[in-house]
Amino acid sequence: MTLQKSSEEFFTEFSENSAPRPLFRVANIEKRYGQRIGCTGVNFDLYPGEVMGIVGESGSGKSTLLNCLAGHLEPDQGEVLFDTRDAGLVDTVTMAEPERRMLSRTDWAFVHQHARDGLRMSVSAGGNVGERLMAVGARHYGQIRDEAIDWLGRVEINETRIDDRPSAFSGGMQQRLQIARNLVTGPRLVFMDEPTGGLDVSVQARLLDLLRGLVRQMGLSAIIVTHDLAVVRLLADRLMVMKDGHVVETGLTDQVLDDPQHAYTQLLVSSVLQV
Amino acid sequence: MNDYNFAYLDEQTKRMIRRAILKGLAIPGYQVPFASREMPMPFGWGTGGVQVSAATLTPEDVFKVIDQGADDTTNAVSIRKFFQATAGVDTTEETDKATVIQTRHRIPEAALNEDQILVYQVPIPEPLRFLEPRETETRKMHSLEEYGLMHVKLYEDIARHGAIATAYAYPVKVEGRYVMDPSPIPKFDNPKMTMPAIQLFGAGREQRIYALPPYTEVVSLDFEDYPFEASKADHSCELCGADDSYLDEVIVDDQGGRIFVCSDTAYCASRQTALQDAAAAQHEEISA
Repeated sequence: MTLQKSSEEFFTEFSENSAPRPLFRVANIEKRYGQRIGCTGVNFDLYPGEVMGIVGESGSGKSTLLNCLAGHLEPDQGEVLFDTRDAGLVDTVTMAEPERRMLSRTDWAFVHQHARDGLRMSVSAGGNVGERLMAVGARHYGQIRDEAIDWLGRVEINETRIDDRPSAFSGGMQQRLQIARNLVTGPRLVFMDEPTGGLDVSVQARLLDLLRGLVRQMGLSAIIVTHDLAVVRLLADRLMVMKDGHVVETGLTDQVLDDPQHAYTQLLVSSVLQV
Repeated sequence: MNDYNFAYLDEQTKRMIRRAILKGLAIPGYQVPFASREMPMPFGWGTGGVQVSAATLTPEDVFKVIDQGADDTTNAVSIRKFFQATAGVDTTEETDKATVIQTRHRIPEAALNEDQILVYQVPIPEPLRFLEPRETETRKMHSLEEYGLMHVKLYEDIARHGAIATAYAYPVKVEGRYVMDPSPIPKFDNPKMTMPAIQLFGAGREQRIYALPPYTEVVSLDFEDYPFEASKADHSCELCGADDSYLDEVIVDDQGGRIFVCSDTAYCASRQTALQDAAAAQHEEISA
């Protein structure tokens, strides 16, 4: 009897510790633009350290979905739950705005397709990286600057460029600066909207390499929206394929790309040019 | 001149402005929108301050106007004359005799008391304006107390100039809540803002009024390793010898000659009279 009880206790303890809790849970999200569907019926769980790719053609609703998830758009229906540090899983859609904004500059990060949307172009690189630190209360110039230098190094921007404005940077550097600016507060979840869009292939490759390193090193969870299958092949653990606002296929990245089941996914995979 | 209502504005308008002032006093540092009127002077010449003064003045008040600390510059003279004509109030140049003082860019050197009201002319009331151009966004930032961006500005100063180079309109935090633009006063005047007098701020073109009740805590923003410093020219006044007042640099010839004089003319004049009196008394003593 006692033995059984203790084993039961052991089991509950074991299952509580080992069953990983999702970091991010999306339940039945829908966003409509009038009669037209932005995205609908999206469900998934994202676990700590996991990278999720969302692919689909232009107009398939992937950016709408990302904006709903990141709190930039208000979904018409559904829940977006995030595992907050103090209160566990909380619905970020119904969360008070100050809390959501706090979340989006601490535990969340958003990397825009165009670095200009995510950077302050009139503020130096160091100021751009330091902004999030100052927003959460850093008030020591020396420490902010040291942190900025450290992060510029991590994204392979020379320390001597710290006082230059982003407008003096190349496209690839701007994108790397945007990443540094977002990751400086040690977020747990990063949203990326076409992070390599508009960059030439060699710069893309470097950026992807860097991103992969950072994601693995920091144990980040990420949701990457892209139309570039190579990007998700390199970065994503799991894949979600969207078409006309609906999710048509999900699965492990390699599984989906190597053995596509849905007709649209087959079309998508076979459309990639082989060099 | 009886063709005008007392102090130019009609009573309804003055009531509207007084309501904005009271709201501003109730929420120190908060910018209260008000229906700014067309005044008989261009925007940028102190229309906000004039409207606040007009709503504040009573027939018993003694009015003083300073512009960059001086009582005798164009702006000060014309606003003083305006209220002499439309309100018929007494005016003065002496700080301690005035009950309402309208100012542009300075706080008088002489300490103010609880019976006085200081009215500031404000060009741009929004301290975050040059960092965030969207009004909807700055309002949200104020309401959610998101002031990290203000420090980005100070960070940029240090990164570019090695020190906080902002010398006027230096941002302050009021009672630990609202970040406020103290109007373009030199940062030398910032520490004086915790004072016994009521301070009212009027921005005519931008249609905002904000206020500080007496003894409100006003803290200048800074970094731990770059603390706020109230700076002034490292000289003493050429005319009265004061070394504790804010100084203007005046070019006196075309040979590069320059002197530093008090920007507060009333303060300087009172010190010069005191010095002359003392000298005269000494002279009498010797001759007696």
